[in-house]
Amino acid sequence: MTSGGIRRSFTAWAALALALFGGVAQADPHPYQLNMQRGASTWSQVPYDLNNISLGVCVVIGILVFGAMFIAMFRFRKSRGAVAEKWSHNTMLEIVWTTIPVIILIVLAYLATGGITSWSDTTGSQMTVKVTGYQWKWRYDYVDYLGKPISKVGFMSKLDTQSDQTRQLGSGMDPYAVKVGDENTYLLNVDKPLVVPVDTKIRFVITGADVIHSWWVPALGWKLDAIPGIINAAWTNIKEPGTYRGQCAELCGQDHGFMPIVVVAKSKPDFAKWLAEQEAQSAAPAAAPAAASTAAAPAAEQTATAPATAK
Amino acid sequence: MSHAATHDHHDDHHGAPKSFFQRWFMSTNHKDIGTLYLVFALVMFFIGGSFAMLIRAELFTPGMQLMQPYFFNQLTTMHALVMIFGAIMPAFVGLGNWMIPLMVGAPDMALPRMNNLSFWILPFAFTLMLSTLFMAGGGPAGGWTMYPPLSLQSDSLAYVVFAVHLMGISSIMGAINIIATILNMRAPGMELLKMPVFVWSWLITAFLLIAVMPVLAGAVTMLLTDKYFGTNFFNPGGGGDPVLYQHIFWFFGHPEVYIMILPAFGIISEIIPTFARKPIFGYKAMVFAIASIAFLSFIVWAHHMFAVGLPMGAEIFFMYATMLIAVPTGVKVFNWVSTMWGGSMTFETPMLFAIAFVILFTIGGFSGLMLALVPADFQYHDTYFVVAHFHYVLVTGALFAIIAATYYWLPKWSGRMYSEFWAKMHFWNSVIWVNVLFFPQHFLGLAGMPRRIPDYNVAFANFNMISSIGGFLFGASQLIFLGVLIHGVWFSKKKATDRVWEGAKGLEWTVPSPAPHHTFDVPPVIHDDELAHGHVND
Repeated sequence: MTSGGIRRSFTAWAALALALFGGVAQADPHPYQLNMQRGASTWSQVPYDLNNISLGVCVVIGILVFGAMFIAMFRFRKSRGAVAEKWSHNTMLEIVWTTIPVIILIVLAYLATGGITSWSDTTGSQMTVKVTGYQWKWRYDYVDYLGKPISKVGFMSKLDTQSDQTRQLGSGMDPYAVKVGDENTYLLNVDKPLVVPVDTKIRFVITGADVIHSWWVPALGWKLDAIPGIINAAWTNIKEPGTYRGQCAELCGQDHGFMPIVVVAKSKPDFAKWLAEQEAQSAAPAAAPAAASTAAAPAAEQTATAPATAK
Repeated sequence: MSHAATHDHHDDHHGAPKSFFQRWFMSTNHKDIGTLYLVFALVMFFIGGSFAMLIRAELFTPGMQLMQPYFFNQLTTMHALVMIFGAIMPAFVGLGNWMIPLMVGAPDMALPRMNNLSFWILPFAFTLMLSTLFMAGGGPAGGWTMYPPLSLQSDSLAYVVFAVHLMGISSIMGAINIIATILNMRAPGMELLKMPVFVWSWLITAFLLIAVMPVLAGAVTMLLTDKYFGTNFFNPGGGGDPVLYQHIFWFFGHPEVYIMILPAFGIISEIIPTFARKPIFGYKAMVFAIASIAFLSFIVWAHHMFAVGLPMGAEIFFMYATMLIAVPTGVKVFNWVSTMWGGSMTFETPMLFAIAFVILFTIGGFSGLMLALVPADFQYHDTYFVVAHFHYVLVTGALFAIIAATYYWLPKWSGRMYSEFWAKMHFWNSVIWVNVLFFPQHFLGLAGMPRRIPDYNVAFANFNMISSIGGFLFGASQLIFLGVLIHGVWFSKKKATDRVWEGAKGLEWTVPSPAPHHTFDVPPVIHDDELAHGHVND
């Protein structure tokens, strides 16, 4: 009985801990998600850890300060006959509560500085992709891969048709019906995703064509503004094959909420095959429409499931 | 004390002008102008609040139900502009107008005619700005930060720029007036280091206003010439730089954030000692903390821009400078708690709002510290985590302090006690629903929901619905506030005493309630033990 209770409470705590710090088992974002995701790149653990550490520090300080406040509010109330004291300073205490936060801040600053340093180092990349923000879609141009320049592989990537129809005012369509497999992809799916290889240091060069956008895939751990006239650089190295979804993160006009980002990470052989197909297509433009539909597999898949639910 | 003379024959001579127009439109009286500012702020609070209600209604469930995305963007932009420039800032100026002369023993503001002008500019500025909502091209929709090139696409840019110019002129004149009053018109014996912390906080805030409002005016003027006169300050096609605007804007914008919170610190530092019946802990440290926060506010602006691709050295500098702010802010919070410790506390409505301020503002400070860490900010930036952060600081921070100040000083203004029962109803409803409204937004941001979007994936549905319910009820709770105010100004039968609160100290409590039209025509004789901070030795 007792051990069962302990086991049950342990399970409950484990479930809560998973909800708070996990997100491994489920795709992100998921309903009632409480914390940042761990991410899927070699660097994405950095913001995740900093988030958890700084949250922990804040919770501890909060418990101490608010705890002291509530004790004061209980002990020193006039209705309990408390008589006000006269003191209004305490040098020792003031030195302590100035010094301790400084020490905590130095530790946090040290951790964060390491994170910035590793994030800023875009050297030694094995692949370059140019990302351009448009009102209201993204363009991806493959620049080089493993030291070899890639020519003529580039495409626009915009909100998928089903999400786009559903999101119209008065469409009468159900956002819950927009799915790829079991995953709801309402406003998080595109007609043609960015395809990249895993275990490869990929350098992104990011710019904007009209106004400022911001390219953000939470699983990669960062966002970076796409600014007209400026080329920003960042890098990622994705560990696991998979589909990673994000959105534009800088207000860019009326359809700012409707220009998602989808990154499909493939194994290196699969990526090489995909890249060869794309290069072949651009070499023979006549064949393009047919091949494009196979490349945009998620879009095709979701159109297949759509009619059942669309009203 | 010295004011017994005024007590007997107030309102006889030197009374308020009889005609409505003369009294309210041509006023040079700091109390009447203070009232005008406060009423204006309240009206703007409800207008800005109604925009927020529409925003939360659209975000109630996934899918677009009520409006086109472009109108949604107009609502978010206008909500921010109205709340910042129309509600929070004028409310603090109104409180300053009313209370600073009373607190330092001055007969009026130093520059009464300019005082009238600086208020009467505001209704015109906001009429100009709000009118754009009814125009063919719609209102501004590029966010209150007006980043180019997006803001240059708006047809209403010129209206907003001129409105911002007018608000800036108004703010600068108000700030000059406050500085002149505090530095020149204190009663003999009211030394700088015996001034109420609220007066100190306004003195420092006024210098911030004078320093940064011209910078905002310059930034928006460059937007105007870029759009209409062929300049290329921010147009890369002509050799300009869109990021330059963000640097200039946030050089204004970060001090602006503190313009909206420093007077709140001052208010809380007056209310807590009154209801704890104990002098404020570390008076000089409190003043010094406000001054150092004000100084730091000038060297942290780029922490709003960590995602624009700053050089690594700049990100590190602005991160360290931002983290430093936690130290003086922490000192303030610790000092408020220490003021309560060993006191003899009662919990009237101003104290309840002040306590809620200390806790909830600190939560906003915690998320601020998390946002300062650059790698974590790469995830937080432009998400609902940021929305939650600045609403904790501005709603449960600045707004709660304004409400606390209103309950604290209303009996002095109107001469009647408000209904404590209904004020407490207002408090408990506000404090519960504001947390239901904003706390889940932390989770939404962490899960990856960007801000300023009218529609979202179904994974964000639960917390958005909770947040919207909290929002509607928080909005409705403010109708209780309106009711308490109307009752407390005109209908309450309970007369306020001169001192109003048992533990209240300071010159403002030595004049009758309601404060007569003219006070301190003869400078009061100051007795240190009657001042809130008369015996400072630390």
